[in-house]
Amino acid sequence: MKVHQFLIHHKGDHVGVAVTDIRAGEKAVGVYMDDDSTIEVEVKHDVPLGHKIALASLKENEPVLKYGIPIGVTTCKWEVGDYVHTHNIKTARW
Amino acid sequence: MKVERQLYGYRRENGRVGIRNHVVILPVDDISNAACEAVANHVKGTLALPHSYGRLQYGEDLELHFRTMIGTGSNPNVAACVVIGIEENWAKKIADGIAQTGKPVSYFSIEGHGDFETVRRASWKAKEYVQWASELRREPVELKDLTVSIKCGESDTTTGLGSCPTVAQAVDRLVDAGATVIFGETSELTGGEHLIAERMATEELKQKFMRVYKDYVGEIESKGVDLLGSQPTQGNIAGGLSTIEEKALGNIAKTGTKEIIGVLAPAEAPNNGNGLYFMDTSSAAAECITLMAAGGAVVHFFPTGQGNIIGNPIEPVIKITANPKTAETMREHIDVDVQGLLARTITLPEAGDMLMDYLYRTVNGRLTSAEALGHREFVMTKLYRSA
Repeated sequence: MKVHQFLIHHKGDHVGVAVTDIRAGEKAVGVYMDDDSTIEVEVKHDVPLGHKIALASLKENEPVLKYGIPIGVTTCKWEVGDYVHTHNIKTARW
Repeated sequence: MKVERQLYGYRRENGRVGIRNHVVILPVDDISNAACEAVANHVKGTLALPHSYGRLQYGEDLELHFRTMIGTGSNPNVAACVVIGIEENWAKKIADGIAQTGKPVSYFSIEGHGDFETVRRASWKAKEYVQWASELRREPVELKDLTVSIKCGESDTTTGLGSCPTVAQAVDRLVDAGATVIFGETSELTGGEHLIAERMATEELKQKFMRVYKDYVGEIESKGVDLLGSQPTQGNIAGGLSTIEEKALGNIAKTGTKEIIGVLAPAEAPNNGNGLYFMDTSSAAAECITLMAAGGAVVHFFPTGQGNIIGNPIEPVIKITANPKTAETMREHIDVDVQGLLARTITLPEAGDMLMDYLYRTVNGRLTSAEALGHREFVMTKLYRSA
């Protein structure tokens, strides 16, 4: 039975992925796929299915981990529960 | 339903195994498409493969054109082939290449004859081939006889969570069973290219791979541009992917865990025994799968997030999604629905079982959704502007 609203690939990742549409203000449960442990986060913005939620507070220009590997850098400050997408993360390549 | 565990395929003259039995009418060049389509209209059960190129190409670009044409005709899913070109020498060159497989092949040229006469003569040969092929029978084959290609498209974050790891399950099982698997999408490895390099079987392959990767990305950068705006695509971004690195890591998730035993040029056939290969390809679905089929792949696994609808005329494409919205709104395109991975109602090994079951059924003759819907995207890769 589904009790979670988002999944995280690896312990230590900075983002989780919504597996259902999540509304602003919801207390959402996430499951770490590597060890089945859970985490609860108050989500600050609407996050559609497939989009990401911040699980760590980060400063501008810090590397962002998903799969335990950097997927880009922050373009501004993040708080836990923020919606993460192209407005606050960019590739580290270009 | 109970899935038949014995595989049946068409063992061709050279020992290679196909899972379909096409008679292909292959144009050498763009201006021979009409004659090929006319033959395919006359002779039922044949398949014309129209495309846009083949004139005034040169160098490596021309070599790739020939390799793709010869590879397509040589694919084990093709029983026999009729080649038609404007000029005799290039039609003959392609037919001679295909003839090395031992399968029936004939060529015709239009210059000095016209479309009517060419279509008349080619139709007689096509009729002979299709009636001959219709009497060929499937025989027992094994997983190790199969060459499987993998490439994802319209990816989103559910691809990395569900459909690509499902494909990885099948890839690892296939490689363990002695099959051959090909992946590619050179530019879409960006951010995870080191992970692929580390899995190369030898230092020499590792260096070859990094050279191929850097050449591809270097060519893009030499135009004074980057991939922002096209990688990730608008569809990827709508699905929640934010960067090329994030997309690449989901993409790489489908390649499994096995050692990589070869780095292939576009449309090049595996050349180092059975196992896992990288092929240098575009990440555009139709171009990529056309090259992989020309390299000899007989069935394709295609994980999708937002819903890519790609098919290939000679290589059946199996679509896998973990995105519950796509599984519902585009269900006529989806063969294997693993949304249970997101809801955690199924495990990854169970998803792998579902895909393997579908592979058995596809090999044994079940049409994939892309085949049933008539998706036959055949797109040549072109390296240079024509002269």
